[in-house]
Amino acid sequence: MERIYLDNAATTRVDAEVLKAMEPYFTDDFGNMASLHAWGREAETAADKARREITKKVNGKEHRLVFTSGGTESNNFALKGIAFANREKGRHIITTKIEHDCVLNASRWLEKRGFDVTYLPVDREGFVSPDDFAGAIRKDTILASVMHANNEIGTIEPVRELGKIAHEHDVLFHTDACQSFTKVPIDLRKDSIDLMTVNSHKIYGPKGVGGLFIRQGVRIEPLLHGGGQEFGYRSGTVNVAGIVGFAKAVDMMKEKHIRNMEKMRDLLIEGALEIDKSWLNGPRGEKRLPNNAHFGFEHIEGEALIIHLDLKGIAASTGSACSSKSLEPSHVLTAIGLRPEQAHGSVRFSTGKETTKEQIEYTLEALRESVETLRKMSPFG
Amino acid sequence: MAMQYNEKVMEHFRHPRNMGVIENPDAVGFVGNKTCGDAMKIFLRVEKRNGKNIIKDIKFQTYGCVSAIATTSITTEMVKGKTLDEAYNIGRADAARELGGLPPIKMHCSNLASEAIQAAIDDYRKKHKNIKENV
Repeated sequence: MERIYLDNAATTRVDAEVLKAMEPYFTDDFGNMASLHAWGREAETAADKARREITKKVNGKEHRLVFTSGGTESNNFALKGIAFANREKGRHIITTKIEHDCVLNASRWLEKRGFDVTYLPVDREGFVSPDDFAGAIRKDTILASVMHANNEIGTIEPVRELGKIAHEHDVLFHTDACQSFTKVPIDLRKDSIDLMTVNSHKIYGPKGVGGLFIRQGVRIEPLLHGGGQEFGYRSGTVNVAGIVGFAKAVDMMKEKHIRNMEKMRDLLIEGALEIDKSWLNGPRGEKRLPNNAHFGFEHIEGEALIIHLDLKGIAASTGSACSSKSLEPSHVLTAIGLRPEQAHGSVRFSTGKETTKEQIEYTLEALRESVETLRKMSPFG
Repeated sequence: MAMQYNEKVMEHFRHPRNMGVIENPDAVGFVGNKTCGDAMKIFLRVEKRNGKNIIKDIKFQTYGCVSAIATTSITTEMVKGKTLDEAYNIGRADAARELGGLPPIKMHCSNLASEAIQAAIDDYRKKHKNIKENV
């Protein structure tokens, strides 16, 4: 049975060329970039080159890229680091109801330590309203954190507009770009972004590597204290092989790959919506992540559907309560106004650069069959 | 979160036993709701044999996750041919044990199957309350 991977928003395969680029840094050039000798210098040269290349991709001339272990660390670093470095100025933070758990849980943690957080609502398609955003800014607001694109329903937020509003009020603006980095254009300078979270494993790079872009001059406390690596912002021996792989992955993401993801996404959307009592969550067109398709199917429970598809070799994911530790439906689906029973029947497919038309056709056929079988089994169907 | 279901659970999910409806059933039980993500309907055909009320046939419909479907499937197998009293006392732990275990977080899903069967038996008894049951 051919296996079809349509969960590229969860993680991706490490590209063979990325792996090849990383290899020497495990074996021959294994040095610690803090060392003075040749091995150390080689490691430092490689990491600096990677840093420059990744920074160039987003016009980060005014920014410093600090490498981290990934998106979760970068988001924690941004929120907690800014909060604690700027608490004399104010204790209010703005974010949204649809952020990734790492932003939401870092925010809740800060709330327990004397910070005040506003969680902005979103509309049915998942968009934050710039008016709501502007209205939430207070005299003591120090930071606003709004994701660039939502990981579940693929909504691309108007970060340029929001960043501009934040700057007009002297509020720092952070965006979590884990899902969108390299897939949706972003310009740190034009988009008024002070801090941006990026990671490697969603773009065919290795897991365990990410970064936080920090505008120079922005005051931020480190999360990790130690030997003062990464300009003193992030102690710990630097993961040179991972960073080299990350840069290679960024370099390899080309327009044609994004166009393929988009084309496959649209085929999937078109076909899935032909299924009776189905709907699309999130917006259509340019304001949607090129690789994200998110559907609801009435009278279907998401986990059962995912496992049904899994038995047919297809990998997808769900925001159903039954698939979560908390047994609560996804906070994103709740925020866009889905009723719990609608959220239970949700499925996300995320296409990749290698996804083919044949795979989408097979997936649609399997999806139709599985939905039909499960509906037949249901007392509501 | 990856759910680690054992082979037996997956087998019942893939090929649910006694799935469907009974036309003109002797009793029906319905529990759960769409909001909580699990709902089950049980249909019973009851036969009197040697003065005992025996479950001659049972069918189910389930809206729910893998664990809910598998536990309903195995529970229907377990109660088929049993007296109503015996069936009433088959609890969720029995179904989970028979399945060879469920992920801890999924144990609550196995409640519904036995509750649905109890609801069906209650329905039967309500309809036949004038007839004393001989166990």
